[in-house]
Amino acid sequence: MPDSTFLDSTELVLNMGPQHPSTHGVLRVILKLDGEKVLGTECIIGYLHRGVEKIAENRTYAQFNPYVDRMDYVAAVSNGLGYCLAVEKLLNVEAPPRAQAVRVILTELNRIASHLLWLGTHALDIGAITPVFYCLREREEALKIFEKYCGARLTTHAFRIGGLLYETYDGFEQDVMQFCDMFVPKVDEYEELLTNNRIWVGRLKDVGILSAEECKEYGVTGPVLRAAGVKWDLRKAQPYSGYEKYDFEIPTRENGDTYDRYVVRMEEMRQSTRIMRQAVAAIPEGPIMGKVGKVIKPPVGEAYVSIEAPKGELGYYVVSDGSTQPYRCRVRPPSFVNLQALDRMIRGGLVADVVAVIGTLDIVLGEIDR
Amino acid sequence: MGKLLKQIFLVDLFQGLWVTFRNQNPKYIYTEQYPAERPKVAERYRGAPRLNINPDNGETLCISCNLCALACPETLIVVTSQRNEETKRKELTTFTYDTSRCMFCGLCEDACPVDALELTQDFEMATYTREGQIWDRQMLEEGPRPTQYKC
Repeated sequence: MPDSTFLDSTELVLNMGPQHPSTHGVLRVILKLDGEKVLGTECIIGYLHRGVEKIAENRTYAQFNPYVDRMDYVAAVSNGLGYCLAVEKLLNVEAPPRAQAVRVILTELNRIASHLLWLGTHALDIGAITPVFYCLREREEALKIFEKYCGARLTTHAFRIGGLLYETYDGFEQDVMQFCDMFVPKVDEYEELLTNNRIWVGRLKDVGILSAEECKEYGVTGPVLRAAGVKWDLRKAQPYSGYEKYDFEIPTRENGDTYDRYVVRMEEMRQSTRIMRQAVAAIPEGPIMGKVGKVIKPPVGEAYVSIEAPKGELGYYVVSDGSTQPYRCRVRPPSFVNLQALDRMIRGGLVADVVAVIGTLDIVLGEIDR
Repeated sequence: MGKLLKQIFLVDLFQGLWVTFRNQNPKYIYTEQYPAERPKVAERYRGAPRLNINPDNGETLCISCNLCALACPETLIVVTSQRNEETKRKELTTFTYDTSRCMFCGLCEDACPVDALELTQDFEMATYTREGQIWDRQMLEEGPRPTQYKC
């Protein structure tokens, strides 16, 4: 037996993933450990690479629409909205007010569904099993509304360029209102389980701190940025799809640790129901499709549109060369940018915190690898 | 003394079991007894494709315009047609739909001008072979026939 194995602590390299259940997909993290302490990490991505941006160059604008759902498959509706808004900007058309209101309702519903899946899996990673059952139970109700509206639950293809294809079904408003009424007490129920739970607080407080300055340096957006105390939400900062009409708060916290991100997301779910209530109460009558021809052929030019997806700023940059197919379609996925801060957040922490920090970033590998 | 009696007669255990028995008839049952009772999917559900036929004379509604094949992002639809010399009309000969590559986006359905191609509420499309996932015209008109279980 060599002398140096036991007392002399050597640096240990540990592979986490790509099959590890807590990496939320196929993320591989190489951890450099000194005992329990993490000295550094390296993320290896690309296990889910499908070349979506390249696919866009070989599809027409309408044909590429279903593919964007498959990037962030947890929040497919938000992806569809971002892409449709980008092409609409290129075409210089705007969706009619009725379509905009329905879009807002569905994206907010999707935000809740996405946050619920995050909360369930995050709590499961930490060691709490009950929240995942509760969360998926409520998420099911949201997915039922999607299924009734557009016929699919996850990869919805709900929006079309220029507006909507499907008119709302009979009882859509009641369903959404019922969901809002049912959902708000449920958030309190989750909070009862977790917020003051000693294990939960102990595992999350002061773990993975990312200050506001560091957030800005890394380009981190979404709830991670808001938990650090920066009041930045694209729905308020540069409203799209009629968000300026709705009254809602941007929840922020000061510390920027994992616990604060949890609190911010919980509050965001409540604010989403607020937006949905306002939007449902005032869905205007009128057409649902803007003036878009059957063949979408935008003029030469480029457009960048970013929206506030559940994970952060989701941007679509579409370049047109005047043909029916985009010349280039670049996506700025929030998870990809947020993942960069992972190393900064775990360095110096403990191995057990790695799982908590990956969970709190709310990453979706389909979006990171594209 | 009371504590001892409680321990002897296993009061805590029965209290716990009472909770279990109280919930024997829950108000909401979330479990679906799948093969026996099939879930009701939504009216707009996008499932197995179907090529509609005219119920009166059994002829296909498809006018072989090829718009669905052009609209499909995966180009998985192949339509072939033949010109009938007497009526000067295109007549459908074969219609192939590769369901293994289909992502059920519904673009073919939107493109169809005569509502011949439709995504139906059938969702049981599993097969034992890869070839079985490529549906020909007959399969598209008849639809999938999943095994029916009786309970």
